[in-house]
This record gives sequence, C-alpha cells and structure tokens, in this order.
Amino acid sequence: MHNTYRYTLGSRTYTFTNLADLMARATPARSGDRLAGVIARSAEERAVAQMALAEVPLKNFLKEALVPYESDEVTRLILDEHDASAFAPIAHLTVGDFRNWLLSDHATPTLLTQVRAGITPEMAAAVSKLMRNQDLILVAQKCRVTSAFRNTLGLPGRLSTRLQPNHPTDDMNGIAASMLDGLLYGSGDAVIGINPATDNVPQAIRLMKLMDEVIQRYQIPTQSCVLTHVTNTLECIEQGAPVDLVFQSIGGTEATNSSFGFNLATLAEAQAAALALGRGTVGQNVMYFETGQGSALSANAHHGLDQQTCEARAYGVARKFDPLLVNTVVGFIGPEYLFDGKEIIRAGLEDHFCGKLLGLPMGCDVCYTNHAEADQNDMDNLLTLLGVAGCTFVMGIPGSDDIMLNYQTTSFHDALYARRALNLGAAPEFEAWLEQMQIMSDAAGAHLNPGLPPAFASSLAQLPTRGGNDD
Amino acid sequence: MTDPSLTPPDWQGTTDNPWQHLRQYTAARIALGRTGVSLPTRELLAFQLAHAQARDAVHLPLDFTALTEQLTYLSQHHAVLPAQPPVQVHSQAVDRMTYLQRPDLGRCLDDTSRALLQQQQQPQQPEQAFDLAPVIADGLSAKAVADNAVPFITELAQQLASEKQPWSLAPITLVEQGRVAIADDIGDLLNARITLMMIGERPGLSSPDSLGLYLTFAPRPGLTDASRNCISNVRPAGLPHAQAASRAMYLLREARRLQLSGVGLKDRSGGALESVNANALEHKNKPDADNATQNFLLNRED
Repeated sequence: MHNTYRYTLGSRTYTFTNLADLMARATPARSGDRLAGVIARSAEERAVAQMALAEVPLKNFLKEALVPYESDEVTRLILDEHDASAFAPIAHLTVGDFRNWLLSDHATPTLLTQVRAGITPEMAAAVSKLMRNQDLILVAQKCRVTSAFRNTLGLPGRLSTRLQPNHPTDDMNGIAASMLDGLLYGSGDAVIGINPATDNVPQAIRLMKLMDEVIQRYQIPTQSCVLTHVTNTLECIEQGAPVDLVFQSIGGTEATNSSFGFNLATLAEAQAAALALGRGTVGQNVMYFETGQGSALSANAHHGLDQQTCEARAYGVARKFDPLLVNTVVGFIGPEYLFDGKEIIRAGLEDHFCGKLLGLPMGCDVCYTNHAEADQNDMDNLLTLLGVAGCTFVMGIPGSDDIMLNYQTTSFHDALYARRALNLGAAPEFEAWLEQMQIMSDAAGAHLNPGLPPAFASSLAQLPTRGGNDD
Repeated sequence: MTDPSLTPPDWQGTTDNPWQHLRQYTAARIALGRTGVSLPTRELLAFQLAHAQARDAVHLPLDFTALTEQLTYLSQHHAVLPAQPPVQVHSQAVDRMTYLQRPDLGRCLDDTSRALLQQQQQPQQPEQAFDLAPVIADGLSAKAVADNAVPFITELAQQLASEKQPWSLAPITLVEQGRVAIADDIGDLLNARITLMMIGERPGLSSPDSLGLYLTFAPRPGLTDASRNCISNVRPAGLPHAQAASRAMYLLREARRLQLSGVGLKDRSGGALESVNANALEHKNKPDADNATQNFLLNRED
C-alpha cells in the first residue's frame, strides 16, 4: 500500500507519488539521481519535498517499504530485525522532529547508542536529507562506534588508516615496497588491504600469506584483507589460508547484491567461517564491507529509489554482520553519479553520518577520478570535515596515486596532516607499536623519526641499491 | 646560545626517505620525503602536473580534422584500408559536460549521424556485409586517441594485409563524445560483421594516454560488455602498438572463425603477459608455493 504525499505552497499543490518519490525529490542535487530520472524537477520542488518529508512520521517507514518486502531480502532484514523497544523513545517523532532531537543536548552519545537498533536505514537517509553539512558532522561526532580484531578502532580522538599497497601486477616486491612506505609513515592500523590485480583464489592466497608473514615478522597489531569476492575468500579459508577479514562490496537491494554474486546467506556463511578461525586477539569483528552511492543504479537495481537511500540500505546489510570496517568509496564511481567536489563532499558526509547513526565503524575512501570535477583541494576539505566528524578510518596510499585502480585517494601524508591538524591518534595498540619500532618518537603528535628504524634497516640492507629483482 | 626560533644552519629543506631504491619495484609514489608531515614542494608540483595532464586529456577536444588528414594519408599507403574518407559522427551527448554525466547519451548516435551512416552501406551490394568496421571515439582521453590511434592502425593495416583470408573494411567512423557501445549502432548501420572500437580510456594519473580496444562480433544495439573483448592500456609505455595489433589480429581471426566475441572468445595469444614487467613474469614462472610470497620485507636477518 502506497500513500501519495502532498504539500501545498501558496496556490500550488505538489504531489509525490509515494514515500520513495518524496525521498528522491528531497535529496540534495547529484548527477546520479538526474541520470536515474528521480531528481527534483526544480529547486523549489526539492525544498518543498524537504518540507513534506519533515512532516512524515518516522513510523511510516515501518509501514511503507520502499522496496517490496516480498521480493527483497534487504527489506525483510530491515523490517524483521527492527527493535521496537529501542525505537520507543523516538517513535512519536516526525522526520523533522528527529533532526531536532538528534541535534539537541538531550541526544547524548549514550542515548544515541540505545536507540540505534530502532532506527532503520530509510529513517537515517530521510533525516540526512534535511540536514546541512554541519548537522551531519555534529551528530556523527556524537555517535560512538568501536570495533576490534587485533586492535581497537573508532575510539574518540582516533583516526585510523587502511594501508592500500596495490600494484598493477601484484608484484610481491612492489606490494612490499608500498607496505613499507606506509608503515614508515604510520599507516595501516585499520587494515592492510590489497585490491588484487589478478582476482582468483591462488592469487588471493599468495597475497594473504604475504601480509600475514609481514604482520607476524614485525609483530604489527593490525589485520590484513585481500579485497576479493566473498566466495573466493570462503574457498581460501577452506584451503587453510590465513584470512583475517572477509571482504565484500555490498549494495542496498537484493538485486544489487545478486548482481555482485552473493546474498545474505553467503555473508553469514563467510562470517561464521572467519570467526571459526579465531584469529582476532582483542575482538572478533571479521567483516570488511565497501559501499558507494550509485552502485544500485549502476546494476540497474535501484527500484526507483534515489542513490543515497539505496546506500543507507546497504548499511542495513552491513550491520547484520558486525563488521570491523565499512568503507564508502565515495568518489570512485565517477561523475555520472557524483559530478564534482561539492557532490562528493556532501555524499561523503551523508554516508558517514548514516553509517555512524546506524552503529557502523564507518570509514571513507576520500577519492576522485580524473574525469570528475574535483581535485586535491576538494579531498583536503572532505578529509578535514570527516576528521572533525569522527570518521573511523580513511585510506592511505603512496602519494595519493593508486597505480592499479587509476584513481586518487588520501595519501600517507594526508592522514598525518589530519592527525596533526585535528589532534587525532592512531589506534592505541598501533600507536604503541609505532613508538616501539622507533617509527615515531611521539606518535600522539604524529612526529616521525628521521632515518630508517632499525627493525627495517636490516631487510633493506640486503637489497641491491639498483637493478632488478634478485630473488 | 642560538636562538631556537631560527632555522638551523644545517637545515636541508626537506627530509628524504632512505628507501628510494625501492622504486625499482613499483611505479607507486613511494619515498617522497617530507617537510614536517607534508609533501615537499617538488613532489607537490609533480603531482599537480600529472593531474593537469590527466584533466587536459579529458577536457581538451580531439582534433578531428588532423585525425582525418592522417587517416586519409594512411589509406593511400595501405591498400587494405578503405579508400573512402573517414566518416565523422556525433553521439547524442551535445557537449563534454553532458557526456560526463549522461553515459546513456554517449552510447547513441544523433539523427544526422544515423542518416550519414546509412548512406555508407555498400551501394552495389547492400546485402554484402563488411568484415570489419573500425571505429574511433574520443572517449575519456582525446590525448590517447591523438597519440595512439594512427600508430596502432598502421600496425594493424600491415597485419591485415598479410592475412590469407582477405578482410573488407568499412569506412573508418570517427565519433565525437562517444562511449564504447555506440559502435554497436554503427556496426549495425554499416552492415559490418565485426566492429573494432578504439577509444580513449579513463586517464590515470600516471597514464593519461591509454587507448582501449573493444572488439564486438555481430554488432547490434542492446549488447552488453559480456559480448566484447577488450585490450587495454595501448600506449608506448603500456602495451606497445605492434603488440596490441597482434593481439587484436588474433581476436579478429578467432571471432571470424568462431562467429562470436565476448566471454566465449578467450585470448590465448599470450599477449596478456606482454605488458607485465619482468619481476612479475619471473614470479609467474615460479609457482613454487614456498617462495610465492618472497620479498625484501621477509628477508632473513643474517
């Protein structure tokens, strides 16, 4: 059953065919919604849609599924697992009231944690559409989410990094070179995560072993991940590979996930398999998810929803599996979904807010492609804003240039900038390791030691200073 | 006592990283050094230049007049190339900003172009198909096309000419604001058995000039990428023109023999290894599991 929503402004009455339509028209402008044909037809229509959305009771989201319950397992997951008692304190609110409530002094970090399971992804998406960037930052900052495996992520005053040592041919020394560069710049506490150039099971196992051996050799309090398909990782586990985290790209509709080649049962199976390995030392969060606005439309599986609402629903999928990390790869998908720096920055803040509100350890790949209207200054802005908002982690890559995936993301230097400018530290276990290894003299202040730390000097001393691979 | 606020006389400007020799293993921007925790000016400016070149590749328009002249000249020296001049067409994306935001429009011909191509079908025998319709589109890098299309076609023409079974070629189509799938419509209108799309790829920071090749058998509107074979990164510093032409020739021959393209057509030419660097090749030739992760970080301490 679908309600029509109406709003009268002066002599004109605006009509929205259903809640999904209202949500889409209320969304701040972005190219992907224009491509999908769901964007507001005028600036006034957008403002009116936001007014109409502000009047919608939160309870409506429990009655009006945006994607049919019968045909979509993500909808079923969201509605079946909704916690009515957690919802009780906010059950009487409209979307507009909800914004006021979130920003009020009443909504403390403790209370936000308590109501979390009562908030559906669609409620989070709806309220975010009424919020300015500063609102998204301020509320996200109040959300407390920690996760743990070999270290503790998401504590207040911390900003972690995924060390991303990709190489176009998965060359072992090439990957090791970027890993070393990152470690010596204090990167890698969230995860050391490789996007494989050759995506198959034997290659994934090689890369897992490489990272596992390095982590053990240097006793690094972190975890590794090969970003291969969940079914590949399951096979790696069966073959006895050292799997720390299971990776999967996820979307907010069943059809999107089908196009990615998995369903919720696959994720449950993989989570159980990784948990059974018992490799975590301080925690048992074993999943690493990546998302991004536009993936559902790209798979032609968006059901007429706007891309930000689809994205929030992906977080509904993520929170079912207690992830260590969730990463919105915000600028990777290209200008047909997020056109310029302004749209990328807005989307990054929305995603981080919605993820945190729903209780996810939310990080952001602050990134852009060369055909987007964006540059390093836009990334500096988003990185700084996310640092203020309490973002769990960002990427770390040599000189911002991913030579395998051909896009630009945050560098090792960038993360240190954010740590210094905003007085943020790495995960506590990792910070202690950085000092112990003499990589940093004052890790809390992001002070790097000059020269080569002794533990790494011996490995490098055996290398030829020039010439080819001598193994 | 020296004044601590003064810059010390031994200040070198920036702190170098003593692991620069690791650059022999990767093109990644490692060991950049730092000032405080920030990028040294030299590295900052090098990045800005690379980004500027990638941006120009996306936004500077392709010089179609020059390309037409070069292709016309080329056809006078290679009998296998069509004698007719190239046909220039336009997608429904009216300008670059539209093109970037509406990939769907970049995949469709505008009405004028459609009419123009219909006139190009073989006049004497309209039922006889061309074997191959070469298509060149600006795509996301005009630089890739300007630098690599003509050298690649030169190599391909030589190989086509030495084939035992002859190839009849449709006039070369040049597409402004084109995406890969627009070649399906073009091949269909020209009555061609195979299309070979040469298109500027999304420019990387260190590779603003990559040309992509897409081969499609029995082109018609509505096909997906599952129906195509792709050869990527064609440029002097990536997959060189002659090797790209050899791989394309292999795929063309196989597509014609098997009457298909895409997932059912496997590239067994061995060309996939040609753009891979020597280190990776060495590893690929040593599948020994014990040594599979060998790298300098895991050197034994003696």
